[in-house]
This record gives sequence, structure tokens and C-alpha cells, in this order.
Amino acid sequence: MTLVLPESLRDVEAVTRVATPARLEYDFTAGRATTTFLRGILEHKILGEACPICHKVYVPSRGACPSHGVPTSEIVELAGPGVLVSYCVVNVAFHGSVMELPYVGGLIQLEGADMFLMHLIQEASPDEVRIGQWVEPVWRDDADLEATLESIRYFRPLDRPDATVDEAGHVVSWGPATRGGAA
Amino acid sequence: MRDVAIVSFAQSHHRRAVEDLNEVEMLMPVTREALDNIGIGIGDIGFTCSGSTDYLAGNAFSFVSTLDGIGPWPPISESHVEMDGAWALYEAWVKLQTGAVDTAFVYSYSKSSSGDLAMVMSRQLDPYAVGPLWLDSVGCAALAASAALDAGVVTREAMAEVAARSRRDALANNEYAQLRFDRTAAAVLAEPDHVGLLHRSDCPPISDGAAAIVLAAGDRARELCDNPVWIRGIDHRIDPMALGYRDLTDVPSARLAASRAGVVPAEIDAWELHAPFSHDELLLRRAMGVPDDAVVNRSGGALAANPMLTAGLIRIGEASWQISSGESERMVAHATQGPALQQNLVAVLEGDR
Ligand SMILES: [Zn+2]
Repeated sequence: MTLVLPESLRDVEAVTRVATPARLEYDFTAGRATTTFLRGILEHKILGEACPICHKVYVPSRGACPSHGVPTSEIVELAGPGVLVSYCVVNVAFHGSVMELPYVGGLIQLEGADMFLMHLIQEASPDEVRIGQWVEPVWRDDADLEATLESIRYFRPLDRPDATVDEAGHVVSWGPATRGGAA
Repeated sequence: MRDVAIVSFAQSHHRRAVEDLNEVEMLMPVTREALDNIGIGIGDIGFTCSGSTDYLAGNAFSFVSTLDGIGPWPPISESHVEMDGAWALYEAWVKLQTGAVDTAFVYSYSKSSSGDLAMVMSRQLDPYAVGPLWLDSVGCAALAASAALDAGVVTREAMAEVAARSRRDALANNEYAQLRFDRTAAAVLAEPDHVGLLHRSDCPPISDGAAAIVLAAGDRARELCDNPVWIRGIDHRIDPMALGYRDLTDVPSARLAASRAGVVPAEIDAWELHAPFSHDELLLRRAMGVPDDAVVNRSGGALAANPMLTAGLIRIGEASWQISSGESERMVAHATQGPALQQNLVAVLEGDR
């Protein structure tokens, strides 16, 4: 199809691109479960929630057990230490990042939890970090605690024999690693 | 065609703002009730489809985290539409027609209160010409209302009558609605103009809420409940996106959808029309040939509770309740989406008796 433009538009340069910026602001509702978690943080506590059917412990809980579609109604306090089930070394700066390169982001299964928490791993050089390694939270001073996961500054290695993590990335034995891996 | 019926419906008590619960916590009791009503679990469902939009939550992939509330593990067959739940129901109906499944679960929800709703809804306009003007959803409705008033196809008195009747019917019939009161049309007319020629009462409330429906085919429907409500016809159509291409005083896509769904107005004993603004109901009645003395929106409609992307699915659910309770025999349920009644879905529902 040939588009016939009026005379006045014949030699006009085509518009190939427009920018239409948009900005919207929202009030985010944390909800019951996340509120429980964040209030715990203010008291220097890590509170998970368990499914009343399968007793899996989620931390932080979003409010529902995905296996059963019911509220995670039982509050479980966790000690803090956990096992690194996966990690990545970040070597590339991204927009807005304040971290010094390289640094480690870790997926941590806290002892007593069935799901993972993502957090920074510090006080360890990236080449020392490994799956199965025990880590513990390093908190801000009590006076500086706020209702945010940033009240835990990072996790650092804990001097304790490595745990056993299966191929799917779950801790199968919290004790010393057994040869051959799977329990 | 396979016979497909609504076998369960549940909805929340819609509120101006649900501030104590996140989306999954708000939705979970509703999805649970819809399944519990007929004594089944998510494992008995062949296909699940939901309707919502992350624009309302302001949170990417919020619809994925909401899935946790229905127990999607081990994995379920699931889909999502960025549309009112009525279109999720349509997708589920198509899936049932293929014969691949005998049951389907449909839900939708929204926290309309999280952002500036009218501004959020402006993002559904075309991003090149109209979006940058930030024409909001109330302004868009006011444009259509002015056009319809100018053309003489609606009157402010008739609009006020719809606004007053909707809240009065909600008071009498619908404990789930948000605006339930008895105020006269004269009181609506006495209100100052709100946006354009719309009074505040011509506009829907901002509502947070959720709804869920279970569909089943043939004998499975009869096994699951005593009063299945059959979907005898269903169709959806769309008018052009550009407001300037449309005659805002008419709703051709609703007329076409009604005709394709097999609506014969004289055979319908009550209507649930998804008409967020009072003039919307008048335009839809005209487009679909709804008789003047017809029973429309016994539930109070979207003017009494309007959780975005859910109020359409609620019309279908409300109609199913009115039929299964014996109040009506054959009803039309309608849903709309998009600016100024752009997209329309029409279903004809009928009971067994
Ligand atoms: Zn569970």
C-alpha cells in the first residue's frame, strides 16, 4: 500500500522514536506475614512461618504455602546461622549499585527453614566461598535496627564443618559432609 | 459444543482499601471458599486461569506470587490474562471445549487502592498519542458521558436514577458490596459536577477485592453441585483502541458480542451488566436491546463495588447465584474492559429447571 501524504508533509523527516516517560507511585502493603517478619527484625529476631499441613518453614513468608494453598500460620523463630546452598560472584557493576567489586550474593538455607533467603556474603574472599558452607548473620547495632532485611548487614562464614547440599540445592544433612554427596 | 456450567462462586467483602493483607492473603480465603463449597481441592482442577494486572500492584510478576495462594505445587496447568477475570473465564471455557479437561478454576483480584487508580488506568491508552496526555479513566468516561448527553441518548436524570438504584439494590441484596445506601436520584442530581458532567455518584467506588469461579463440563458439573448454572452462549468483541475512531455514544462490540452469544432480550429475566459509570449502563442497555422494564444489576453492579479486573467476573458469579437460588431462570452476564467500554464480553446463563 502506498501512503499518499499531503503536500505539506512530503519532505518532513519521519518520526522513528518517541519517549513518553511515565511515573506512578504506589503504597505497598506488606501484609500479615511480611509484617510479622519485619516486626521480628526490629527485635533482632528472624521469624519464619510454617505451613500447618506440611510444616515447611518459609522465611520470610509471603503468607501462603505454595504446596497447600493455605496460610502459613505457625510462627517459628530461627537461630540465625544457615548453609550456603548457592551463590554467585558479581564482577560487573550495575546501575545504582553501591557494592565494591567483586562481591558475593548467596542463597542461604537458615537452620530450621525449608526455603532460602538471599543475602550478601562478606568477610570472605570470593574464592573461599563454597556450597555447603555455614554462614551467620551480622546485624546492625540494636539502636539502628529498622523494619528491613538490611538490618542484617550481611552473612559471614562460620567456623563449622560444611553441611551436605543435594543437587537440587537443599540441605540434606546439616552435619559434616559425607563423601559422595547425597544422604 | 460441550455443556459447561458454573458450579461454584465466591467473592470477598469488597473494601475501599485492604491495608492489613497483601494480595495473596486477600485472595486466599476466596479461592479456598470457592473450592470448599463443592468439596474439592486444587488437585481436582484440570486448568486454572486468573485475571489481574501488575500495573495495579505496582509490582512486576505479582500475579505469579499470588499463585502461591491456591497451592500450585506440584505443578498445575495454569494461565493468566492481563484482563478482567471474565476473560480468564472465557479462556477456561475454551479449554473445557477442547475436551482436554473437565474442570477449571478461574479467579481474579485487585488492590485498586495501591496507586492513584485513575492515573494507573491511563496507562492502558495508546502510548504514542493519548497516553502522554495522562487522560485518566474518569476523564475518559466523562468524555463519553458528554458525547452521549450531547447526542441525547442519555439524560442526567436517567444517569442519576442508575446511580441511586445501584446503591439501593446493593443495600437490599448484596452484603459483599461496598457502597450500600438509600439515596435518591434527586440527591445525586443536586451534587456538584465532579469530572466533566459526571457527578461523584455517577462514578464507581475504588475497591479492593477478589472473586473465584469453578467451571465444570457435562456430568462432572452435575456431580459437583445440585444447581449447575449452564453457560449457553459466550462471546467477546472489541472496538478500536483509538478513542477518535469510535462513536463513544454507542457500544458496537457489546451489541455484536450479545448477538453472537445468542442473547434474545425477551427471553432474559435479569441482567448483570458491568457498567462502572452510570451512563455506561444506559449505553449498554441501548446497545444490547435491554427492555426498559428489565431487572438490571440486582447486586448493585460495579457502581456498588468495583475491584478492577474483577468486577466483570463478579457479574458472572452474581448471575450464577441468582439462578442457582431460583431467583432467575435465564440471565445475561456482561463484562467490560478498556477505556469507555472498549471491550465487551457477554454470556447467557441458564439453570437446570
Ligand atoms: Zn504446606
